[in-house]
Amino acid sequence: MSVFSFIIGVVMVGLAIFAIEAKKLLNSVIMLSAMSLLSVILFVIMEAPDVAITEASVGAGLTTAIFLLSLRKLKRADVE
Amino acid sequence: MKRILSVIIALLFFFMIVTVLNSDSSDSMGIPRYGEVKLSERVSAKYIEKSVNENQDEIRFGVTADAETGSANMVTSIVVNYRSFDTLGEVTVLFISATGVGLLLGGGRKRIGSVISVSPVVKTASRVIAPMLMVLGIYIFVHGHLTPGGGFPGGAIMAAGFLLLVAVDDEKRAYKGLKILEGTMGLLYVFIGIAGLLISGSFLENFLPTGVVGELFSAGIIPVVYSVIGLKVGAELSGIVDDFISEGGDEI
Amino acid sequence: MIQYFSMMLVAAGLYGLLSQKNLVKLIISLNIAEIGVNLFIVSIGYVEGGAAPILSSVSNNSSLLFVDPLPQALVLTSIVIGVGVTALALSLIVSVSKSRGTIDISELSSGGGDRE
Repeated sequence: MSVFSFIIGVVMVGLAIFAIEAKKLLNSVIMLSAMSLLSVILFVIMEAPDVAITEASVGAGLTTAIFLLSLRKLKRADVE
Repeated sequence: MKRILSVIIALLFFFMIVTVLNSDSSDSMGIPRYGEVKLSERVSAKYIEKSVNENQDEIRFGVTADAETGSANMVTSIVVNYRSFDTLGEVTVLFISATGVGLLLGGGRKRIGSVISVSPVVKTASRVIAPMLMVLGIYIFVHGHLTPGGGFPGGAIMAAGFLLLVAVDDEKRAYKGLKILEGTMGLLYVFIGIAGLLISGSFLENFLPTGVVGELFSAGIIPVVYSVIGLKVGAELSGIVDDFISEGGDEI
Repeated sequence: MIQYFSMMLVAAGLYGLLSQKNLVKLIISLNIAEIGVNLFIVSIGYVEGGAAPILSSVSNNSSLLFVDPLPQALVLTSIVIGVGVTALALSLIVSVSKSRGTIDISELSSGGGDRE
């Protein structure tokens, strides 16, 4: 278990640095969604099923959808 | 220059936290080491034994009747019963943010269309799957006191079903009654609290009888409150998604 | 070990908040810091060898060791409030972009172009 959580932790920090430094905004949003999903695995390892279900449905599902819809509206406002 | 300064500040913060984590737990501000926690020194011991008001014997699943909260999920009994005032504050914060989004972005008649053309297979399949998603959401918040989950993820899954319907069809908008449903459910939560005040003497107290631990009709007002919260959160998040896809109104 | 990684996430979110210029990247850095803080709070309540805090027919009250349920209840509230703040912030950014034409904070603070 300790090796597993170590690997997931390293991947999460790498994704975070990549999400901040990415050139396109779409890449940053997808990295954020992947980080949310990996944190669900860490919550299950720490024996917290309530928090895992809430983060999976609210964080990785709806936050990503709201980000993508607002990116669509920002591009429209730029073009016009 | 700005980048180097911000890297230095972030590294200083991390170094400060690592020093606190590595210090001895005999210091007064030491965070306990990961996993070595004595639960008998914390207030959670009383929440687990369900003996905040009076002492309770051992609680067994399916046998004990008339326990203090009567719910098998301990996190639910903390969120809805022991610390229910914080949940009222959280519901209020969600309501304020949904109102803000509706003021800034809503009110338009047209909606943004999809860029790619959607085939009729996807449209028909989504009309079959979206009711299943809503039933899953309703199952999660009705069984909030027996299985993990509760009101908030149940409402979010219902909003995901609504998002599926809206993303596929270019003509679909939310009904007008969605915002009315959200406001009514918020008021209902406050009225349940006032009913607890009138019947038992404290705001948001559990006034229905708590049955046997582990049955569906148990735990007093906990399933009722979670159903109200689940419907409210589902309607709220669906309203936020609907405001984000509308355009053409007179926004601020 | 999880505590160190969650604090690294908070430090990365802090670096993003201090150095980025795009408004949407600021909101993304705020979300990264929130994920780190939620992980840290849940890790305070972990008991070695404990079980998930749900009574069932295989885990009764007195014979098993349970994980602390109070930090999990606090994190439940924190996640939902994070979503509310993100939605309101993004709608403000869309509104600013419609009326000023840019989402770069250096251009906005020096009085950049007013549309309409």
